[in-house]
Amino acid sequence: MEEVIAIAIGVLAASGVWLILRPRTFQVVMGLCLLSYGVNLFIFSMGSLFIGKEPIIKDGVPQDLLNYTDPLPQALVLTAIVISFAMTALFLVVLLASRGLTGNDHVDGRELGE
Amino acid sequence: MSLMNQLIVAPILLPVLTAALMLWLGEKHRPLKARINLFSTGLGLAIAITLMMWVQKTGTTGSIGVYLPGNWEAPFGIVLVVDHLSALMLVLTGIVAFCALLFALARWDRAGASFHALFQIQLMGLYGAFLTADLFNLFVFFEVLLAASYGLMLHGSGRARVSAGLHYITINLLASSLFLIGAALIYGVTGTLNLADLAVKIPQVPDGDLGLLHAGAAILAVAFLAKAGMWPLNFWLVPAYSAASAPVAALFAIMTKVGFYTLLRLWTLLFSGQAGASAFFGGDWLIWGGMATVTVAAISVVAAQRLERMASLSILVSAGILLSAVGFAQPSLTAGALFYLVSSTLALSALFLLAELIERSRSANDIALDEDADQLPKALESLHPVPGTNLDDEQKAVVGHVIPWTMAFLGLSFIACALLIIGMPPLSGFLGKLTLISALLNPLGLDVAKDEAIRADSWTLVALLIISGLTSLFAFVRVGIKRFWTPQEHAAPMLRLNECLPIALLVGCAIVLTFKAQALLHYTQDTAQALHDPQQYVLSVMAARPIPVPASAAAQVQP
Repeated sequence: MEEVIAIAIGVLAASGVWLILRPRTFQVVMGLCLLSYGVNLFIFSMGSLFIGKEPIIKDGVPQDLLNYTDPLPQALVLTAIVISFAMTALFLVVLLASRGLTGNDHVDGRELGE
Repeated sequence: MSLMNQLIVAPILLPVLTAALMLWLGEKHRPLKARINLFSTGLGLAIAITLMMWVQKTGTTGSIGVYLPGNWEAPFGIVLVVDHLSALMLVLTGIVAFCALLFALARWDRAGASFHALFQIQLMGLYGAFLTADLFNLFVFFEVLLAASYGLMLHGSGRARVSAGLHYITINLLASSLFLIGAALIYGVTGTLNLADLAVKIPQVPDGDLGLLHAGAAILAVAFLAKAGMWPLNFWLVPAYSAASAPVAALFAIMTKVGFYTLLRLWTLLFSGQAGASAFFGGDWLIWGGMATVTVAAISVVAAQRLERMASLSILVSAGILLSAVGFAQPSLTAGALFYLVSSTLALSALFLLAELIERSRSANDIALDEDADQLPKALESLHPVPGTNLDDEQKAVVGHVIPWTMAFLGLSFIACALLIIGMPPLSGFLGKLTLISALLNPLGLDVAKDEAIRADSWTLVALLIISGLTSLFAFVRVGIKRFWTPQEHAAPMLRLNECLPIALLVGCAIVLTFKAQALLHYTQDTAQALHDPQQYVLSVMAARPIPVPASAAAQVQP
């Protein structure tokens, strides 16, 4: 399972970085989205990966990390998802404003050679 | 837990409640909102000053107030901590915010929607970032202050702002991703996010995990260095700050200092001398990276023509000096750096406000903001009169022009700001740089005999401090001549009291600092001592105990 998650994070981050370096604003938004997915998975995997273990304490089960998964990274991921979602929405608004003011979708507001 | 401890959370609650109130008022009632905002910002400043006096009063070097917002013990719940450094930054933020707001009330708050609410949310983020002692909570406050700053950055709209804002947002979103990766790595290695707990855990990290820990810390540092403006992560800063409207740019003068504050706080706590194998990790990077920043910015400032651009580049010069000085991990140098931080932030903030007034009065030779970056300054031909010109108008004896008070005010404030930023005597900017140089040349103090030679990097920083002052001097003198001494007649600018008062306040604060330098230097020396010996901080945070639940409430919770 670790390999699958690692490859997923790698692919997401690589495509994200590539898209961020592109000249169109929409590609940059997509790149930031993919990168934030990669980061979220990364935080999640920092709590070490388990199958079938809960983060909530149950009666009769010893309270250690052998029997439970770490709840903190899950809480962190939740916060990170909300924040990155809000920031993407905000970025889209600025993107539209920039498109309206400059008349093109280049990140610098003007095409090369103009 | 005393009343003062409860006051620690007030700088965060006050702005968020004010912002909520103003959003509830909607788009109408602008004068009312302006008054509420001013009152709330003033109250925030008063609270910050109270906290600063309390921190000074309660003990010797390391008096620290701890507040547990969730009433959970330290490593498990979020902690807010006010110590010397936090209190200093709170007061500085309060002063700058109050002046920026006063300036905005003259004109700028009418240039777009929700200025007052965004302003308060920005303050909440700033105060929160200075108070929190938890890595992830720090991320949340960073996002709060950034979200508000995106709105403020675009305030007033216009092509230059939106274009620079797009880059500003992208780079900050990227930095936030790096912040999360770094925080996650550190959590993965140490199992905690509480700063005091991290300081305890890091010396115990096994050798096999050190690489991972250092990678995490380095990634985290990249995020903060991008915000603090270290070269080569600072290309976003100059276009963004010079495009922002004047009061917003004045408030942003404190924003790079947030990055610097976070670096100082984390580095001294996590990688202090007691951190074992990780002690002073990355110090050389701070020293040399800071010096590279000073070099690049000091050269660029000579080529700048608009005052906003010069102010932004001066921010980079001061950011570089601060980062480099802190990297030496030497208490006397850190104390000097903090003194320099206060004086340069006040002066830069005033300069951003002043820049707008000066450029407004000089619409004639305006250079468009986008073109300024590509052009080199022209020679000052206009200063040389054509041969044969009689300089006395209409052959009359020159009796003397009365300089309009507005021009006199702008000119004098400009000189004061320039002296402060360049670091020339007699104002506090000079004292700041002098303290830095003296600490670099006498690492053990003036009265202790030296037994080892001064390091090469110390000499380089001394040279850069002097050279950067010299290039700033060139740049400011040229712009000053162009703006104030050109022979063409200009109508005196119209200034409102609301626009002059904040500049006078900021410059006045910096001048008072010149006379009261000893008091602030004592304070920053205490701060530096406490920072470089984090034992007291760790003990205070770990010793904080939650308030016991009242008996009656406990009975109700039980079924």
